[in-house]
Amino acid sequence: MSIVLRARELTRHYPVSRGLLHRPALVRALNGVSFDLAAGRTLAVVGESGCGKSTLARALTLIEKPDAGSLEIAGRDALVHGRELRRDVQMVFQNPYASLNPRQKILDQLAEPLRNFTGFSRAERRERVLAMLERVGLRPEHAWRYPHMFSGGQRQRIAIARAMMPSPRVLVADEPTSALDVSIQAQVLNLFQDLQAEYATAYVFISHNLAVVRHLAHEVLVMYLGRAVESGPTERLYARPLHPYTRALLAATPSLHPAPQRQRIPLVGELPDPLNPPAGCAFHTRCPYATERCRAERPELRELDGRQVACHHAELLG
Amino acid sequence: MMNASSPSPLGEFWQTFRRNKGALGGLAFMLLVLVCALCAPWLAPHDPSQQFRDALLSPPAWLDGGQWRFPLGTDELGRDLLSRLIHGARLSLLIGLASVLLALLPGVLLGLIAGFSPRHLGPPIMRAMDVMLALPALLLAVAIVAILGPGLANTVIAIAIVSLPAYVRLTRAAVLGELERDYVTAARLAGARLPRLMFVSVLPNCLAPLIIQASLSFSAAILDAAALGFLGLGVQPPTPEWGSMLASARDYIERAWWVVTLPGLTILLSVLAINLIGDGLRDALDPKLKNGL
Repeated sequence: MSIVLRARELTRHYPVSRGLLHRPALVRALNGVSFDLAAGRTLAVVGESGCGKSTLARALTLIEKPDAGSLEIAGRDALVHGRELRRDVQMVFQNPYASLNPRQKILDQLAEPLRNFTGFSRAERRERVLAMLERVGLRPEHAWRYPHMFSGGQRQRIAIARAMMPSPRVLVADEPTSALDVSIQAQVLNLFQDLQAEYATAYVFISHNLAVVRHLAHEVLVMYLGRAVESGPTERLYARPLHPYTRALLAATPSLHPAPQRQRIPLVGELPDPLNPPAGCAFHTRCPYATERCRAERPELRELDGRQVACHHAELLG
Repeated sequence: MMNASSPSPLGEFWQTFRRNKGALGGLAFMLLVLVCALCAPWLAPHDPSQQFRDALLSPPAWLDGGQWRFPLGTDELGRDLLSRLIHGARLSLLIGLASVLLALLPGVLLGLIAGFSPRHLGPPIMRAMDVMLALPALLLAVAIVAILGPGLANTVIAIAIVSLPAYVRLTRAAVLGELERDYVTAARLAGARLPRLMFVSVLPNCLAPLIIQASLSFSAAILDAAALGFLGLGVQPPTPEWGSMLASARDYIERAWWVVTLPGLTILLSVLAINLIGDGLRDALDPKLKNGL
């Protein structure tokens, strides 16, 4: 499998003004995240709100330049060739009510990427839009309607169709089902899978629905406060989470038949202030296994049991 | 874009507009005024500047002492009011339209630039607008006309400059609100460059307040032009113009109400008609209010 997306130490810091008398503070929203993604594979990024998932999405889609690190798309440096690589990374947003232009007909919105990226004529563009609409389960006459005439699920299908129009190599989906009714979520997820099987697109799937992630993702990247704490193949991670944070997240997933052998780790407290992150391991303030070492020394990602994990005590927990 | 199953954009627009009775009435009235303006020399019974010394302040025909020679009466110099109103439509419409367009186009452009560039180009543009807003509008207009010299074209320019800040601020505020939304990011991901992003993605979503502002400032422009004319800086007498007719007849309001009331009523009805058209336009351009299709 060819690697289409290679991120190395992606970093994004936002300066935050704290009034006239203080120096602006830095929010380290993304703090050195690395991963590889092959064509036709899905990487799920999970974590609490504020852990940097959406910042990662903005960096991957080239909406915002990362402050440091490197990003390669299809073997080319995305920070240099951003303009040419634009069509290779597309995105599906969380809220389908905000991601479609209310004043443009569906046809025009779907034709927009073709218009900007290709030399197709009007007729060709229309033909492709209609074919794609049919592909995502909508009727051709829907092309002449405005977004407000559709339900949430239909809108998300349209948003997916728009993202797939320029045949991207990478599709970033930022919680694409969290704004939808449960009954619709499965349909949209299946559509994602069907399209991946057909076009061999690589997906970066941002979600905090761990059941969905297990169903969809080949690999999982768990983030905490801008850093990856554990990443690896989905089945391995779900069967035996090594990082206490991953374990807590999985334990928090509601299940009809809770596995009796797995002890529950309730997460206590809030995410620490990102302006003032804890020293040592960022998770030590909430970790039941934290020791002196965790408070003093930040654990680096290391290879263990077929995945990467950043915890001093991973062996003990396994 | 066209398809057998869908009407053309213009036809679609007209179908929605037609459903709004008020807007249709406004449109009918404005068409009437427009016909008056275009065909003034043939429609008006008298020359608008001709003075009938034998009939000073003659009341409208249906009142006691009125005569059918002057259907709406005469003013203090014995000029036929109906003829002056018909001829005045030319200048008043021109002043209104020209000053609205002259303010709307650069105002929207500056507002878009200020909204899209909140760090660099935005602040200087907005501070310049603040300076203009700090001066009373009429005073600023007087100053501009004083610099450029009196006359119709300069009046229009002065009024346009004075009403510019409102458009810039409205556009910028609407743009800043829209830029936050995901569909703008989506358009950017779809490869839209800045001009396309500005005029195709964002501007259509900012139209509602702009249309209202444009229809309101049309009437303000007619009144401002009257004020400038009153100060001797606008349209010079004896050229008929609704605002200056209103201004010059104020002294006779107790003896001859029609001299003031009729130009005032004409302005009022035109303003009302334009506001109704503006409302209809706004609704017809909003896809959410289009039913059917």
